[in-house]
Amino acid sequence: MLTLDKLHIQQGDFTLRADFTVPHGALCAVIGPSGAGKSTLLAAVAGFLPPAGGRILWQGQDITHAAPGARPLSILFQDQNLFPHLSVTQNLGLGLNPKLRLSTSDHAKIAAALTRVGLADLGARKPAELSGGQQSRVALARALLRARPLLLLDEPFAALGPALKSDMLALVAEIAAEQGTTVLMVSHDPADARTLCSQTILVAEGTAHPPQDTAALLDHPPAALAAYLGA
Amino acid sequence: MAGRVRQIILPALAAALVAGLVLVPLGAVVIRAGGFSALRGTDLSALWFTLWQAALSAALSCLLAVPVARALNRRRFAGRSVLISLMGAPFILPTIVAVMGLIAVFGRRGAVNAGFAALGLPNVTIYGAHGVILAHVFFNLPLATRMILHGWQAIPAERFRLAASLGFGPGTVQRHLEKPMLRAVLPGAFLAIFLVCLTSFAVALTLGGGPRATTVELAIYQAFRFDFDLGRAASLALVQVGICLAALALAARLTAPPAFGAGLDRAPMRFGGGRALALQDLLAIAGAALFLLGPISAIVLRGLPALPDLAPGIWAACGTSLGLAATSTLLTLALALPLALAAPRHPWAEGAAMLPMVASSLVLGTGLFLMARPFVNPTSLALPVTLLANAALSLPFVVRLLIPEVRVLQADYDRLAASLNLRGLARLRLLTLPRLARPLGFGAGLAAAFSMGDLGVITLFSDGETKTLPLALFQLMGAYRMDQAAAAACLLTTLTFALFWACDRIGHHADPR
Repeated sequence: MLTLDKLHIQQGDFTLRADFTVPHGALCAVIGPSGAGKSTLLAAVAGFLPPAGGRILWQGQDITHAAPGARPLSILFQDQNLFPHLSVTQNLGLGLNPKLRLSTSDHAKIAAALTRVGLADLGARKPAELSGGQQSRVALARALLRARPLLLLDEPFAALGPALKSDMLALVAEIAAEQGTTVLMVSHDPADARTLCSQTILVAEGTAHPPQDTAALLDHPPAALAAYLGA
Repeated sequence: MAGRVRQIILPALAAALVAGLVLVPLGAVVIRAGGFSALRGTDLSALWFTLWQAALSAALSCLLAVPVARALNRRRFAGRSVLISLMGAPFILPTIVAVMGLIAVFGRRGAVNAGFAALGLPNVTIYGAHGVILAHVFFNLPLATRMILHGWQAIPAERFRLAASLGFGPGTVQRHLEKPMLRAVLPGAFLAIFLVCLTSFAVALTLGGGPRATTVELAIYQAFRFDFDLGRAASLALVQVGICLAALALAARLTAPPAFGAGLDRAPMRFGGGRALALQDLLAIAGAALFLLGPISAIVLRGLPALPDLAPGIWAACGTSLGLAATSTLLTLALALPLALAAPRHPWAEGAAMLPMVASSLVLGTGLFLMARPFVNPTSLALPVTLLANAALSLPFVVRLLIPEVRVLQADYDRLAASLNLRGLARLRLLTLPRLARPLGFGAGLAAAFSMGDLGVITLFSDGETKTLPLALFQLMGAYRMDQAAAAACLLTTLTFALFWACDRIGHHADPR
């Protein structure tokens, strides 16, 4: 259960406020106009932006000031999710041990994770030798290995084609269901939100609104969202 | 919060070391100088010569570089890329070797005077102000050429395509495309060369001297070695610091474009132009190549046969120089890496790294000498002091090389590393060193080459027994044993380039890309 308690983010003139709870195990879309602060919200939750006020809690524990790597979450960025100079296995290994001292059982886990995302036998490759879709799978496999209870997706699949993207989202949903992961997923595509996420956080006009039922929100969008959706 | 503090411990330590290394000797100089009363009339003319020779050297280098760069930009020929790479060589060529080469070509018994004699013209001498300027142009013409060539290559090919489609002739292209580029690039190139020439010592030591061709650096040396007038040496050192500060203030208003690594692979552009232009380009390229390669070839031709006759002392000096170069390079890197990594977030780190630019080799030497003298015989410190001075003086170059790469590294991977909890030594081993391997190798190569070829501080401290290879070479020249000197020059050049090459290779090899 993720709680944003009177969270206040300030970046120059830009202000974003959030005050709500995301239930445990929810798949939650984050939608809203460009520049409204969707990525900013995720960056604050992940610990890259110290908030100007308020608290971030996970299961009641205050993580507002925890270092990004110490938070109970994994995040996939729009790009630069992999170190290009490390092999796929090493990139995954970082999820298990940041010093990359990997035991035999670690290697077994890595192999299993690769198989799970459909990339068995590609562990020795460098990211540049993989397609865009395969790179996304590696990043997802690392999140799988880290097995943190919260997963933040900042449009990591935006550069993929529609078919690949829906494959990846389906894989995310599967893995999240298996591990009971809570997912916050920035999306530009209302269809993605509708198919995958029962709940949606609307970010608009300086506020991140509490999660609402996705279908209801999209069927009767408030003015700010309606303008964005073009509906 | 604790992490933040831990992150700045190393850079703060490095900054403190650099500051101590530069400011404490400067303090000693200031105290000993006690004003400018010790200066003489000749010192004023040294100041004047320092300024005008630097300005003239920079102006000539830039002026001559324009036709060479233009020709290299618009012509494609076999050996072009080799020639452009060679243009980078004088940057690491030991000064003393270049001076020897110039003497071999332009000196009393050189090819130029032989040609003049055959034509019944009077002899020219290379010693004096014009010799100093000639040597400075030799070193800096390639630098200016590369900077201007870079400017040319930075003009998008689409502009030339547009110009061609509008039927621009060479004159119109010059007015609309090339002149604006030159206006942007030339001031930076001029200033970079001007700065280098202001602290010229080895060139002035070998080719200059006398009331008309003494730089402030050389005057410091003479006050030391000939008059042993430490007060005057200290006052002169203050003058030199003043010059550097003024020049740096000037440079701060004008950021020079990077001088390294001009892109060389742009697809060839078809270029029309007539015979006259082709001839002009041919002359520019051939002239520059001859001017740059002639002196080096002269040394090689003369030195190689004499290699077996080298005195054993030379080999000892080789060992000393290699050891010095290796240690001072390691010290430079140890200071440069933490400062460069901290620089994007903490401006003071970059400031500390640039601090050595206010002092020259001889200024640092004077200060360190003044500090050491009450306690020990300074000659016993010749090598450690040379080591420290070399490390300090290479630092600004290496840090400037690293900072842009560090910015890219941090912009691309800081968040990912933080989200994976990749910190401390693991981050250094798995992220920082692999991603920075190339600039680190290149920077180490520059630092090693600089230290290997340096003839500066050691001249103040050496008792004639402890010597580096450049100092041994200088002594051989002073004793007119030119064949042996040429042989030692071959050796020094080979070692210098080998060091540079090895460091650069290691960097490439360590880069896992």
